[in-house]
Amino acid sequence: MMTKFRLQDHILVPEHILLSEEEAEEVLKTLGIKKEMLPKIRADDPVAKEIGAKPGQIVKIIRKSPTAGKSIAYRLVI
Amino acid sequence: MKKANLEVIVVYEELLNEYPLPSSVKEEIKKELERINANEDIARKVVERCYQVYLTNLMEPGEAAGIVAAQSIGEPGTQMTMRTFHYAGVAEIDVTLGLPRLIEILDVRKNPSTPMMTIKLLPEYAQDRDKATEIANKIEATYILDLADLATDIRRMRIIISPDEKAMKNKGITLEEIKKKVEKSLKNVEVELVEDKIVVQVTEPSYKLLMDTLDKLKKLVLTGIKEIRRVIVRKDEQSGEYVLYTEGSNLRKVMKVKGVDARRTVTNNIYEIYEVLGIEAARNAVIREAISTLEEQGLEVNIRHIMLVADVMTADGELRQIGRHGVAGEKQSILARAAFEMTVNNLLEAAVRGDVDMLKGITENIIVGQPIKLGTGDVELVLKFGSKF
Repeated sequence: MMTKFRLQDHILVPEHILLSEEEAEEVLKTLGIKKEMLPKIRADDPVAKEIGAKPGQIVKIIRKSPTAGKSIAYRLVI
Repeated sequence: MKKANLEVIVVYEELLNEYPLPSSVKEEIKKELERINANEDIARKVVERCYQVYLTNLMEPGEAAGIVAAQSIGEPGTQMTMRTFHYAGVAEIDVTLGLPRLIEILDVRKNPSTPMMTIKLLPEYAQDRDKATEIANKIEATYILDLADLATDIRRMRIIISPDEKAMKNKGITLEEIKKKVEKSLKNVEVELVEDKIVVQVTEPSYKLLMDTLDKLKKLVLTGIKEIRRVIVRKDEQSGEYVLYTEGSNLRKVMKVKGVDARRTVTNNIYEIYEVLGIEAARNAVIREAISTLEEQGLEVNIRHIMLVADVMTADGELRQIGRHGVAGEKQSILARAAFEMTVNNLLEAAVRGDVDMLKGITENIIVGQPIKLGTGDVELVLKFGSKF
């Protein structure tokens, strides 16, 4: 059949990066918030599954923004 | 000369990287610096000044961003056509537009009234009209009536399928394949090939069974994807490649079809995008669809407002509608919910449960006549004893 393609290659899907524990800690410190205050992403979200995200981890999302060029968002996996 | 230029550009970049400016702003400043050919001192001053202006233009904490967004979308919304307005858009496909479409987007309808897909093809297929048509045929749902005539023989309890050879050739399907499909999908029948016809013999002598079988046959999808009712092949004037536009949508299946460029294939069914591509893609899709709907009506709404709406809709990891089943219905405050929709129901249910409203939000504080925690109401003055002025 077809060659398997990554969902992240789709034009509508921005880049998702799974953060390590230390990186997550750092992000929360700079933002000055608790984990639970971040926007969420479900663990059964197709892209979350693809990068193997587990509940409690933080995903860094690099969006192409029409206003800022590039913007970075974080989501907590639930 | 060229080399020196390069060095200067590196200096600009280093200078800009010291500031937390958005990359699009950085690009713009860099371009301008290059144009005026500024030396390092001037460049530093320019960047510093730009950063100051950027800071003063940032949203202030406590600013009612949501209200501004609501009003900015609401006011142009009053100018949109109220009636369901269909428009023969790209390639004669009917698309819902105007206010009905905007409501559809914000309500996250699972089945929008006019689902539509834009299918891009892989390079080796995109340049060739025949190859594009081939894929279109593979995707478009083909029913038996498109290819053949059905005749019922009540006396001998059978249905005779007489396919049209030309139509079969067009769709690239053989008699054998049709027979197999028919055999697979029907029960209580015997399927036989008689010359160039297919005879479906009902095993029980029941008139009802014969009619049921006929109905099933009519609904049988021989090739293609059931949801895709029509496919139109169009050449894109700008890129020169052939693009397929479909009526009906099934993203998951279409992305798997050979020759389809799954990376660039999209649908206007936002919920489907959410299911197949995830929450971030859904956010992008909401922004895209809302902006294009507004723009098509000749209304200019700043994209930031739409982005805020999309952020709220996707903040919980699932696509929530703006309305009583979504964002507004999940508010903690009883009064805020009652103020939105179904006032009596909300108040009654809260009373039965013995809920308490903590009066922490905006709406409920306005209702009871207290200052709200927003803008200047959000800050308090605290006197620090013993501090020097």
